[in-house]
Amino acid sequence: MAYRDSPFQDLKVPLTWTAGVAAVLALAIAVFVFISDRKDQARVSAEALGHAKARASFDAVLAPVAGVLAAPVRWINDGATSVGDYFFAVSENRRLKKQVAELQQVAIADVAIKNLNRRYETLLKLRTDPPIPMVTGRVVSDTHGPFSNARLIDVGSNAGVKIGNPAMSEQGVVGRVVGVSANASRLLLLTDPESRTPVLIDRSNARAILTGDGGPNPRLEYLRGKDAVHNGDRVLTSGDGGLYPRGLPVGVAEQDVRGVWRIRLYSESGAIDFVRVLVFDDFSQMVDQAKLAEPAMPPLNPSDQSKLKAAEAPAPAPPLAPDASGPVPPIPASPRVAATAPAPPPSGAPAKPQAKIRPGPTKAAKPQPGAYRHVHTPEAGPPMPDPSRPDGGA
Amino acid sequence: MARTPSRPLEPWRWLGVPAFVAILATVAIDAPIRVFSLALPEPIFPMVLAFGWAIIRPSILGPFVLVLVGLFLDLYCAAPLGLWPISLLVAYGVALVARTLMVGQETEVMGFYYGASVLAAFACAYALVAIAGHGQPNLIALLWQFAATLALFPFVLMLSNRFRDADIRFR
Repeated sequence: MAYRDSPFQDLKVPLTWTAGVAAVLALAIAVFVFISDRKDQARVSAEALGHAKARASFDAVLAPVAGVLAAPVRWINDGATSVGDYFFAVSENRRLKKQVAELQQVAIADVAIKNLNRRYETLLKLRTDPPIPMVTGRVVSDTHGPFSNARLIDVGSNAGVKIGNPAMSEQGVVGRVVGVSANASRLLLLTDPESRTPVLIDRSNARAILTGDGGPNPRLEYLRGKDAVHNGDRVLTSGDGGLYPRGLPVGVAEQDVRGVWRIRLYSESGAIDFVRVLVFDDFSQMVDQAKLAEPAMPPLNPSDQSKLKAAEAPAPAPPLAPDASGPVPPIPASPRVAATAPAPPPSGAPAKPQAKIRPGPTKAAKPQPGAYRHVHTPEAGPPMPDPSRPDGGA
Repeated sequence: MARTPSRPLEPWRWLGVPAFVAILATVAIDAPIRVFSLALPEPIFPMVLAFGWAIIRPSILGPFVLVLVGLFLDLYCAAPLGLWPISLLVAYGVALVARTLMVGQETEVMGFYYGASVLAAFACAYALVAIAGHGQPNLIALLWQFAATLALFPFVLMLSNRFRDADIRFR
């Protein structure tokens, strides 16, 4: 039966309302995806919904396509750069000669500093960091804007790149790897709104967290210390939390018109065609996680203390015999103190509880494959016990 | 290929082809180059689709194609999944509501509503990123991208003029 002969021929669907209902339905789907993505980032890989895998697969497909599409634009840019180089060759030559002369002085001073540094390291028996292997990759796409800043590079897990590896250009730190497929990796830049990087001020050794906001100059937050930073101070990675090696150049501190400290990134000073991925295993990745995560002895309840005292008390002595060691000191009722009872001091000195700290946060510092864009911010470690306080300072 | 007025307008022509072109444009403009040490502006090309499709014709397929294009944008930009589908649908909704107000009006009026829908979409994206990322995106970068997206208005006119009266059933 033809449509015009059917009872539906008189059915008039209000187009705008139908489209409105479709838009609401599509919006509900989009909101569900957004919420599930947020929840997925908080999960460990075993419980993840597969968003990270979907992103990695997408990147694997996109990398060669973006490389081909970007090629003509790159050729045009290279051509324009060549023309500019031709016209500015004389001034560039003068500038480079001056720079070479300055660098020769720096190189001479560098030899002396390295020599002195080696002596200090030998004297202090410092355990120096081993050299970090690097992998060079070409940037095939560069997305920027207020909501996300990321780059796609053409090296992946086949070249040894792992999630969490830092990446540098020839000028300074660019960001870190947040997604890996076989032949492509996704870099989260320092300028991304979700990027948090522990840094230090080279002059004052003050610590701060570099916080991206989508602009070219990320903010310095949680800056500690009075007069910790000045205009023009050099900022390096601090290595806190084990995300980055210590001492990688990040940028120069500058105060904006509102008084907020920002960083002029070294890596933003030019086009980033190639990046070096530092195949860097942080401390939390190198140590035996299983051993660190071994549970400590359960904390003592006040009711258990009397049992412990009774178990460790010496055999009952004759009633008239004097006890040379004195009374057994009370065991601190701190939840962080393990069941190892402190030995009584031999000379009547105040007892110091042997506190045992549970290795809680070390496991969380390891980047999980499911946490695709989640940037681990180093948190304060567990509070150290203060022996001067009766409760152990916990 | 010449269009005949009697031929119905298939969805792939006014939905599929423009979506593909917007995706190609997004990928092509993200080449890692700098001009005078400045990155190229990165407009949100699918915003043209969100506004143009609502103007051309209210459709059931349109919002769902917008979700797919938005998901591509999220994956491509490494943004939180769902960010651009929601923002594009907000722009689509504003244009759908304002559609009857734009009938018979000058181009400037359409430009005003395009600006309003883009503004609503960016405000939504700003709020979502602020909530999800626990930080406020940079306003200057936001204004820069907003201005670049506004500059795509000629493409909205091209899309609208090409397909608005293309199907005799909807004249």
